[in-house]
Amino acid sequence: MYEYEYRRASSLDEAVALLTVEESRPLAGGMSLIPAMKHRLARPTRLVDLNAVPGLAFIERKGGCLEIGAMTRHETVALSDVVRRSIPALVKLAGGIGDVQVRHRGTIGGSIANNDPGACYPSGVLALGAMVETTRRTIEADAFFTGMFETALEPGEIITKVSFPVPDAASYIKFHNLASRFSIVGVFLARFGRRVRVAVTGAAPCVFRATELEKRLSDDFSPDVLRDAAVPADNLVSDLHGSAAYRAHLIPVLTRRAVEECLVSGS
Amino acid sequence: MRSAVSMTVNGKKVSGEVDHRRLLVDFLREDLRLTGTHVGCDTSQCGACTVLYNGKSLKACTIFAVQAEGAEIVTIEGVANGDHFHPVQQAFHEYHALQCGFCTPGMVISVIDLLNRIPNPTEEEVRWNLEGNLCRCTGYHNIVEAALAAAKTLQR
Repeated sequence: MYEYEYRRASSLDEAVALLTVEESRPLAGGMSLIPAMKHRLARPTRLVDLNAVPGLAFIERKGGCLEIGAMTRHETVALSDVVRRSIPALVKLAGGIGDVQVRHRGTIGGSIANNDPGACYPSGVLALGAMVETTRRTIEADAFFTGMFETALEPGEIITKVSFPVPDAASYIKFHNLASRFSIVGVFLARFGRRVRVAVTGAAPCVFRATELEKRLSDDFSPDVLRDAAVPADNLVSDLHGSAAYRAHLIPVLTRRAVEECLVSGS
Repeated sequence: MRSAVSMTVNGKKVSGEVDHRRLLVDFLREDLRLTGTHVGCDTSQCGACTVLYNGKSLKACTIFAVQAEGAEIVTIEGVANGDHFHPVQQAFHEYHALQCGFCTPGMVISVIDLLNRIPNPTEEEVRWNLEGNLCRCTGYHNIVEAALAAAKTLQR
């Protein structure tokens, strides 16, 4: 690991001030950043630890929205009654990340800021059309995830909370890598009235919306409309866990299961 | 770069000066000479380095020592009561839940953490909660048996 300077922020203002040094980075749960530093894939000059900053870990239902503070741990979301009553699919998503030790430490803000191609949270944020609030602005989910490990965040910008519109029904189905529990393909489906959004993680370099499947499901929310649906494999990932064609096959299959789950548990 | 850090380990206040890169597990092993906590993979996968951090299980290879300022840490050295095994250790002993023993400290801590959260788990819950701990010897069967037996002992 390369040398770096550790600084513990005790307020959001202090964190913002500490992050003005070039190549400095915020440290949330550290579940991806610390391994990346060990592998010398990340070389920050300074880490600004957000773990002691008050007010960043909370879960709150506000009207039609579920708000989750950026430093809220996966385990907290997985055990939250408020989340279970509002968007149970997020309980399932958070409870299936990594393993319990990782869920005790990892955070929603860290997960979406890192935007790992196989991470679970980006699909939930994108499918639900969430708003990502930062120290500078509010970013819509559709504009937030920009590429592999890339987001719309600027240097020094810190996520403070994610605000999820509460859908009529939602489901997350993950076909996971048995060793890492990252998605080989993960599908998050959300239905708001007749409008359906489907976000796919694990399959491509960056989470994306399966718009063709969304169109079919918005016309008729039933698993049968996906029977002959095919997703092109062109821009999908091939690696030791599965070929692009295999991933393309999984997307409508998992989406169908998500629809079935919504029909059983919802409405 | 170095900083002073102090924390509580197994009920004792400890402090030291650490390089910012020093991982918590290396601070425990090298600086405090508490070598019960093992380093298996050093990549957050195997769970041999699991400790209780403010009451919750965590992989000590994936947190910097300097972050642990003020934290309460329990390692495998801190779970027995004098010469008496912790009920989870006793169950591992009785059910032959270890062979080479390398993963055992992390396993014991993870089972303690599990039983703190779920006092009376099902076999499925035990297996799900031990996903973050790898064992290359046992095939897990006796580890699960030991966890279920320890749950019964602790309920008494």
